[in-house]
Amino acid sequence: MNVLTDNFSLYGEGLLGTVELTVLASLLALVAGVLMAAFRVAPVGSLRVFGTVWVMVLRNTPLTLLFFAVLLGLPRFGVVLPFKVFAVLALGCYTSAFICEAVRSGINTVPVGQGEAARSLGMTFSQTLGDVVLPQAFRTVIPPVGSTLIALAKNSAIAGSFSVVELLGTYKTLNELGYSIIWTFVWIAVGYLIVTLTISALFNVLEKRWGVPR
Amino acid sequence: MAGDALIELRGVNKHYGKLHVLQDIDLTVGRGEVVVVIGPSGSGKSTLCRTINRLEPIESGTITLDGHPLPEEGRELAGLRAEVGMVFQSFNLFAHKSVLANVMLAPVKVRKRKKEEAERRARQLLDRVGLAAHADKYPAQLSGGQQQRVAIARALAMEPQALLFDEPTSALDPEMINEVLEVMQQLAQEGMTMVVVTHEMGFARSAANRVVFMADGRIVEDRTPEEFFTAPESDRAKDFLSKILKH
Repeated sequence: MNVLTDNFSLYGEGLLGTVELTVLASLLALVAGVLMAAFRVAPVGSLRVFGTVWVMVLRNTPLTLLFFAVLLGLPRFGVVLPFKVFAVLALGCYTSAFICEAVRSGINTVPVGQGEAARSLGMTFSQTLGDVVLPQAFRTVIPPVGSTLIALAKNSAIAGSFSVVELLGTYKTLNELGYSIIWTFVWIAVGYLIVTLTISALFNVLEKRWGVPR
Repeated sequence: MAGDALIELRGVNKHYGKLHVLQDIDLTVGRGEVVVVIGPSGSGKSTLCRTINRLEPIESGTITLDGHPLPEEGRELAGLRAEVGMVFQSFNLFAHKSVLANVMLAPVKVRKRKKEEAERRARQLLDRVGLAAHADKYPAQLSGGQQQRVAIARALAMEPQALLFDEPTSALDPEMINEVLEVMQQLAQEGMTMVVVTHEMGFARSAANRVVFMADGRIVEDRTPEEFFTAPESDRAKDFLSKILKH
């Protein structure tokens, strides 16, 4: 039981690491995901192909494998960055594929007439998407995007295996110090709950504020 | 009839799979002219209307607007669409924006008007279609007839050279049809160039310069309303009129 009070700073550092990874990777995933969704519905064929390949590759690669590819592969091409940045890249890009598909399904719920009306008024593709379609799609994608970001928070644990400070990784140190493995994990689980329940709460608020009124 | 041609279609063809929806369509709409397109369901009249601003691409033939051929998808096409307003059967007001914002959006984004100027103009137009009091409501809070009048104001806000109406009253309750037709009548009297796909024969008679009768993807007759309604030439048109004018 005293595993938490004795090692509060260690847990704190781990939790902070997980929060940091989650927030940064989420931002990357949201930006890249929306952009890829825009690519996938664009009138330009090459953009559609790029978006499709992006989703196909990233969604179908195991995340651990992706971490290996980024952390071991990129340095070979002279890209040397802190491990934390690599971890954010791997997590963010991986999750962006899922965000992209959630956003695209949201785009598909907006009646075609909305886009047609915008185009008939002379609006360009990006104006039609940005001012008319995405704001309406946004309302329907709040729940699936929330789920995807919760999955991201939990997936961030993989970064621990690549010497990035995060919550799950703290168990190694605590285990070596001889603390009860069960209580160690109980407090780790509580840490993850704090992160994931915060995301849930945030998306509940968003849904109340912006969700489609019925 | 007004002089120079604003919209010109030459040898236009289009298929939906095996269905030949538009077959060698030739149509000229002069500046200031009101052309009403009528015909049975599936005759291709809506498709014809939608090809004029390239919401439906065509397979062969040419469409010119004010002498310029319709460009491919892209910025140039967007610029051309800004000159041709469109009113849809299902209104298609932007559901997430207020009535005022619906009318202001394109002038601000496309014409780069200042917000204040666009708002002043939008309120004028809403006043003109009799909806000034509803400016801050959302489309879902309006009746169908009101929504369609907002849609007309939205199209007019771009100060287009021509307006396309794709069955503007077909989704309306009978008692709301007139309020929309009155706005359209007024536009016609003011000299707006209009292509109207409709089943409203009363409107065709009173407002149209020409009636185009379509059947099976072809233009069968293209005459003045007086001639068309009193003495249709083709059997197809006679049959059509006998069915709809009975009641």
